[in-house]
Amino acid sequence: MSFHPRMEYAPAKFHKSERTLAEQGGDFKYTPENQAKFDENVTHYPPEQRKSAILFALYLAQGQQGYLTAAAMQHVAQQIGCTAAEVEDVVTYYTMFYRTPVGKYVINVCRTLSCALLGAERVTEELSAALGIKPGETDPTGTFTLVEVECLGACDRAPVVMVNDEWHERLAPEQSAKLIADIRTKGAAAFTGCHLNKEAQQGAGARGTGDRGKGDRT
Amino acid sequence: MAYQRVLTQYINEPGSYTLDSYLKHQRGYEGLRKALTLKPGEIIDQVKASGLRGRGGAGFPTGMKWQFVLKDTPKPKYICCNADESEPGTFKDHVLMERNPHLLIEGCAIGCYAIGAKVAYIYIRGEFYHVQQILEAEIEKAYKAGYLGKNIFGSGFDCDVYVHRGAGAYEAGEETALIESLEGKRAQPRIKPPFPAVAGLYQCPTAVNNVETLCNVPLIIMNGPEWFSKLGPEKNGGPKLYCISGHVKKPGVYEAAMDTTLRELIYDERFAGGMMDERPMKAVIPGGSSVPLLLPDQLDIPASFDGVQKAGSLLGSAGLIVFNDSVCAVWLAMNLLHFYRHESCGKCTPCREGTDWLLKLLMRIERGEGQPKDLDLLFGVSNNIVGKTLCAFGDAAATPVLSTMKLFRDEYEAHIRAGACTLPAPWRAKHAMAGAH
Ligand SMILES: Cc1cc2nc3c(=O)[nH]c(=O)nc-3n(C[C@H](O)[C@H](O)[C@H](O)COP(=O)(O)O)c2cc1C
Ligand code: FES
Repeated sequence: MSFHPRMEYAPAKFHKSERTLAEQGGDFKYTPENQAKFDENVTHYPPEQRKSAILFALYLAQGQQGYLTAAAMQHVAQQIGCTAAEVEDVVTYYTMFYRTPVGKYVINVCRTLSCALLGAERVTEELSAALGIKPGETDPTGTFTLVEVECLGACDRAPVVMVNDEWHERLAPEQSAKLIADIRTKGAAAFTGCHLNKEAQQGAGARGTGDRGKGDRT
Repeated sequence: MAYQRVLTQYINEPGSYTLDSYLKHQRGYEGLRKALTLKPGEIIDQVKASGLRGRGGAGFPTGMKWQFVLKDTPKPKYICCNADESEPGTFKDHVLMERNPHLLIEGCAIGCYAIGAKVAYIYIRGEFYHVQQILEAEIEKAYKAGYLGKNIFGSGFDCDVYVHRGAGAYEAGEETALIESLEGKRAQPRIKPPFPAVAGLYQCPTAVNNVETLCNVPLIIMNGPEWFSKLGPEKNGGPKLYCISGHVKKPGVYEAAMDTTLRELIYDERFAGGMMDERPMKAVIPGGSSVPLLLPDQLDIPASFDGVQKAGSLLGSAGLIVFNDSVCAVWLAMNLLHFYRHESCGKCTPCREGTDWLLKLLMRIERGEGQPKDLDLLFGVSNNIVGKTLCAFGDAAATPVLSTMKLFRDEYEAHIRAGACTLPAPWRAKHAMAGAH
């Protein structure tokens, strides 16, 4: 069965590849600290399997520079002992690597079902309005990037937002604008963190593990 | 008799994740000590006798999986612990690793001993960075205390456990894609056979096991296989974690035996405590987003692998997503297809192209621009994905469409007739999704 729409075939309409090359960027080299971390990490794998450390190597580069330039990928390729194209192949597959500059705070809103059932679509709308940008964009000051992501694995604390490596949970749409204001004034202290994480340290309550009291939801 | 929690009994205590707490409350590392006095084959026999079935989704017997791991080979062998936990509605491994990490570490070590491996990699999703930090710190402590490393308990057995961080890909949870990702490539599935048990990580014999699966292993060794198999119905023994989310009063992770019914899990005070605001339930997806929906009159079945399968769905990862009557079936399918379209790894054409077409069609119907022929199109596209892909992702992606069309076909038809969604709800975006991105 053919379900494709009728297509006009003319040279101008041919499908164009969307491959965009990463910007070259300035010279890139690991800091001695990162080099040491990388050298330790490759020892986790058999000596002939250095490529296994590629995700770790890319995280290090991204942490050092904020995003991945072609120069950074070339450096990673040298470290691993593979081609720059192989590195690019990996970088373009995984969603947590950025090939263009991102804001200081990358706000990842979970949009999958459990979060959406509790208003995640509206959270995105409110954040979008508060920041004046659409999902996928960075604000002009380079402070915030707004991204919609898929299930973060904490659906009992929906709607969930991940900001860089921090978590903010149960973000009601009505509180979304306030969260932005709070980040502006308080920085990372504005986040609730992962409840599990906090309670594991403090042993307070039992949120998210089944023993929650009534009315916790509101 | 009230069910006594074993996987999560102490997780609410302060410092439940520490080695001290594990040793004090849970007879920590006794399972490993005992395992090392047995022969590897005896451990596999015990796991087989317990009837432990994989908790990652497929419910395959773990003892058999370990037995299939090739023995007569000079190659090293590996355990890969699947901590990718990306199935929508699933968050149990998150809790286990964060609050009871030593149980997993002990499970990894026993698993290694059983199949003859010296290294276990825990492949954790990139978003769980906060969990990874806890896990790594506790692994470090296990090394210091002599539960990992060289010559454990003077038995001559060496074992290393490493955490490997993923970088955002649902498909990395599929076992061969996980192995590809661990090898430093794109997370795309391999053609099977050969199965990982023969040629897995670095083409060596490998067992891929879910976090919750491995956490059960020390308990089986310590308490015996009969204890395990007697917890719950036949062939569905052992403790089980259920993740309940959506429109319920108390969403969370709950531990129970598999003779508990779906109705109890959703309505009982011991578990999710009923529907939010007492609104009637429309349906539940019982096993993470990839399985067929069940209706409110189908809830009186044991929430076991076999029980849920008999009712026409699957237990999968035991992620129950419950929703009330304000939810539109077309919107629900659209939400999930957005997920599958985004996460399709692109290797198989039916899945890569099919999920895109399904989402476009669903968005068109949801926007009110659907045409009567679209229902046949949805059906046709779905059936051109099912069974035509390398891994189970394809079937999973078509399921929300086929299942909602089967149960709520009238809603699809109403959308097309009325040219709009008939169920606007307060939790939905004020402006409909402008376009797939
Ligand atoms: C698309 C896809 C995604 C999967 N994601 C996960 C996952 O996130 N976690 C998991 O444990 N198993 C996942 N699985 C199941 C694994 O392929 C595999 O069956 C499981 O890790 C085996 O472990 P078990 O026998 O202990 O269940 C996924 C399977 C598929 C097809
Ligand atoms: S659906 Fe948002 S965390 Fe799972």
